[in-house]
Amino acid sequence: MSAYRFLVNGAPAQVDVPGMRRLLDVLRDDLGLTGTKEGCGEGECGACSVLLDGQVVDACLVPVCQVEGRIVRTVEGLSLAARERGSLDTLQEAFLEHGAAQCGICTPGMLMAARAYLDAGGGPDDESIREAIAGNLCRCTGYTKIVDAIVAVATPLE
Amino acid sequence: MPTRAFTSGVQTVERALVVDPGQRVPGRAAGFPLRREGPAKLTGAAKYTDDLVFPGAWHGITIRSTEAHAKLVAIELDPDVDWSKVVVATAADIPGDNVVASIKDDQPVLVPVGGVIRHHAEPVALLAAPDKETLRRLKGRIRLVTEPLPPVFDPEQSDHVFAKYEVTTGDLALGFAGADLIVEGTYRVGHQEQLYIENNAMIAVPGDDGGIVIHGSLQCPYYVHKALKRALRLTHVQARVIAEETGGGFGGKEEYPSMIALHASLLALKAKRPVRMIYERHEDISATTKRHPAIVRHRSGVTKDGVLVAQDVEVIMDGGAYCTLSPVVLSRGLLHAGGPYRCPNVRLRACATRTNTPPNGAFRGFGAPQTEFAAEMQLNRIAERLEMSPAELRRRNVYRLNDTTPTGQVLRESVAAEEVLEQALGASHFERIRERTARESAERGGSGTIPPGPLRSGDRRVANGIGLALGWHGAGFTGSGEVYIGSIASVELTADGRIRVLTANTEMGQGTKTVFPQMVAAELGVPSDWVEYAPQDTAEVPDSGPTVASRTVMVVGGLVIRAARRLKAAVEERNPGVPFHEAFRDDAKANGATRIDQKFEAYPGVVFDDATYVGDAYPAYGWAAAVASVEVDLDTAEVTVRDVIAVDDVGKVIHPVLCEGQVEGGTLQAVGYATLEEMKVRDGRYLNDRLATYLIPTAMDAPHIRTILVEAPFSGAPHGAKGVGELPMDVAAPAVIAAIHDATGVWIHDLPATPERILAAMHGDRGAPAA
Repeated sequence: MSAYRFLVNGAPAQVDVPGMRRLLDVLRDDLGLTGTKEGCGEGECGACSVLLDGQVVDACLVPVCQVEGRIVRTVEGLSLAARERGSLDTLQEAFLEHGAAQCGICTPGMLMAARAYLDAGGGPDDESIREAIAGNLCRCTGYTKIVDAIVAVATPLE
Repeated sequence: MPTRAFTSGVQTVERALVVDPGQRVPGRAAGFPLRREGPAKLTGAAKYTDDLVFPGAWHGITIRSTEAHAKLVAIELDPDVDWSKVVVATAADIPGDNVVASIKDDQPVLVPVGGVIRHHAEPVALLAAPDKETLRRLKGRIRLVTEPLPPVFDPEQSDHVFAKYEVTTGDLALGFAGADLIVEGTYRVGHQEQLYIENNAMIAVPGDDGGIVIHGSLQCPYYVHKALKRALRLTHVQARVIAEETGGGFGGKEEYPSMIALHASLLALKAKRPVRMIYERHEDISATTKRHPAIVRHRSGVTKDGVLVAQDVEVIMDGGAYCTLSPVVLSRGLLHAGGPYRCPNVRLRACATRTNTPPNGAFRGFGAPQTEFAAEMQLNRIAERLEMSPAELRRRNVYRLNDTTPTGQVLRESVAAEEVLEQALGASHFERIRERTARESAERGGSGTIPPGPLRSGDRRVANGIGLALGWHGAGFTGSGEVYIGSIASVELTADGRIRVLTANTEMGQGTKTVFPQMVAAELGVPSDWVEYAPQDTAEVPDSGPTVASRTVMVVGGLVIRAARRLKAAVEERNPGVPFHEAFRDDAKANGATRIDQKFEAYPGVVFDDATYVGDAYPAYGWAAAVASVEVDLDTAEVTVRDVIAVDDVGKVIHPVLCEGQVEGGTLQAVGYATLEEMKVRDGRYLNDRLATYLIPTAMDAPHIRTILVEAPFSGAPHGAKGVGELPMDVAAPAVIAAIHDATGVWIHDLPATPERILAAMHGDRGAPAA
């Protein structure tokens, strides 16, 4: 056991756990952040996607020892500022409005992948968006409305 | 945008309406309620079963057979382990009947010592411990002593029949005698995994009354409830089932959750504490139910003008090791096996048998995708033989108003087969593109370097193709299913002035939590968010039947609307001259709660004889057409499905965004079924039982899907809705295979159309026996 310190959604976190413990378990079980989901445990489905220093990673494949001193962002942190105003951020709003979440289990990971794409300056181009979320499996939507929602956010306002 | 009326025989079809996309911003919810639990799902606040915390809970796992067929002689616990620190449960711990209650009582909760193991993933013992590490360590220390028995893997070699049906009409011999062309074909489809992204998950909490509370990911709370009562010998009240947020089901959480709930309960009762049984993906794929593999043989007779005069269809489904839902899956498969086409002389035969593979069960479409794939393959091959456009062949045979199906059902209303066909042809420019792909194919044909076949010429490595399929889907349960179940749904005005909808129908992404309040609000004349949707907790809600068969909006929605109308009438009667929305709060204060329980009553004029299979097999049918455009790489045979136009008649669109979402999702599952999803089975075991090896489409594999919704209402339901969940699953796969044929000239008879199969077919090995 050793202590690992990092930032989660802007707040400092410290856990005393084995270094090979999965970031996914640290988030869900040790920090109570259950918004990040487990779908396969082997990096195939993307349900556990979080941002590590702004990059999308599968939290099931990241041992917590690699997170020391770094910045983690999860779905719970997506709309922190917005939620104080009692609402969703623009990406979440677009998902809601377009019907991009159905069963919702892939949604947190999908939002994080989309957030990283948008933060990197991604535009409303269909192919690029599909590539950006290709690591996130959704079995409900056929991806149509997810892509529509991201296009809506990526389209510059007139 | 009302469309033209079609003439059909002697009568004009009632006008079907195409939902006008101009009424709203495409794809957006403007004017319709937003998904009710959407904000919780989008912020990570929504609680799925594995997100729930129960202090002191242990973790449970299942010890399974590793043999496909064997006698269980003994269960041995390693004497070097201190077993007092954990809990082991076996069949000897089951207080009631050792069966998972379903159609037949053939599946044990756990195989008893002396009993027979019937598939390699069969549950034999259970283990619970305070932590997962202990479970991992001890799992291998429980040894099963077995005596192998000879397994059966081929459903055609099995002598154990779960169900068998035959439907005949007319005179088959006479029909074939009058045919100018007879076409035969054999089509095979394999297992398909539902692959909900949330694995099966169940938590059992022992109660003070000796009972159990289940929190789980499940579609049908009362199925689980029934199973608990039977195997654990619990009273109605002692068994309590709560459906938590459920991360997809697609049929996969219809019946298997009963088994998992029983396992978790046995451990919880013995450990006297909550027990979590959360499946990992590998276990979920290797052990839980799949879509039934099927072999479908067709023999069709047509005149030279393309009129179907005889259809002889034989369906064999592999039920797996236990009966589960096979009889009803088979029944639906049989009843859809002829496709949506009129034919005077028909014989449909179907049989489901037992093999030593994990049991197969419900998956969106429920037997129909298998047989409709075969029916559409057959139609498309007939069109090719007649040198007729597949669209024209369908026009000449498609069901119209007052046509009769093989069970003798007269289609008296709500027949939109022609409408969806013409909409799909028009929106896709089907004939124009078909001419173009034919031209491209002819140009390629002349320069082939590796004969035979449409091999590439010059730098044109990619061939384009377009394909069409038409389908139908019986709305709600087959036959007398609804009458037998007798669902009850309720709408309540509480004493404190709240309006609540009470049903057992779960939200697993389709939108139940949104549309039920929406429909009730519309009846009562109040805003949608004034109506609450009670939790799917058997202690609170009545048994409104399972969340399956695309029946939620159609059947239960109909009950909910009728209950709301009665509630409105009751309140307005007590408050003359005051509309409900002004009266209900004061009315509740003055009169206390008013609860309306609405029980299902048979749809007028709908009669089916389950013994003879004569009559109205379904109260109505949904109709669907799909046109798929593909590109096939002629060197690698890689298929890219570019676009799918999906046209679906759902009777009545309640919520356009959610409805389109169903069509888009179902269409992609069908595209996966056609191109990608293949469960490889060896000696009764799934070889690719991980997400790394069982592939489903990603966003990059997914076509652009354009949905056109058509409304041909069903008069038996107060809103006219016929259901949408399963309909799109029936048509996209055969449309994709037809498009691959258009591109390459080869027919792929067995799903999925993998590059290996396509290459083999292009090089002359047809892959499957065919006429």
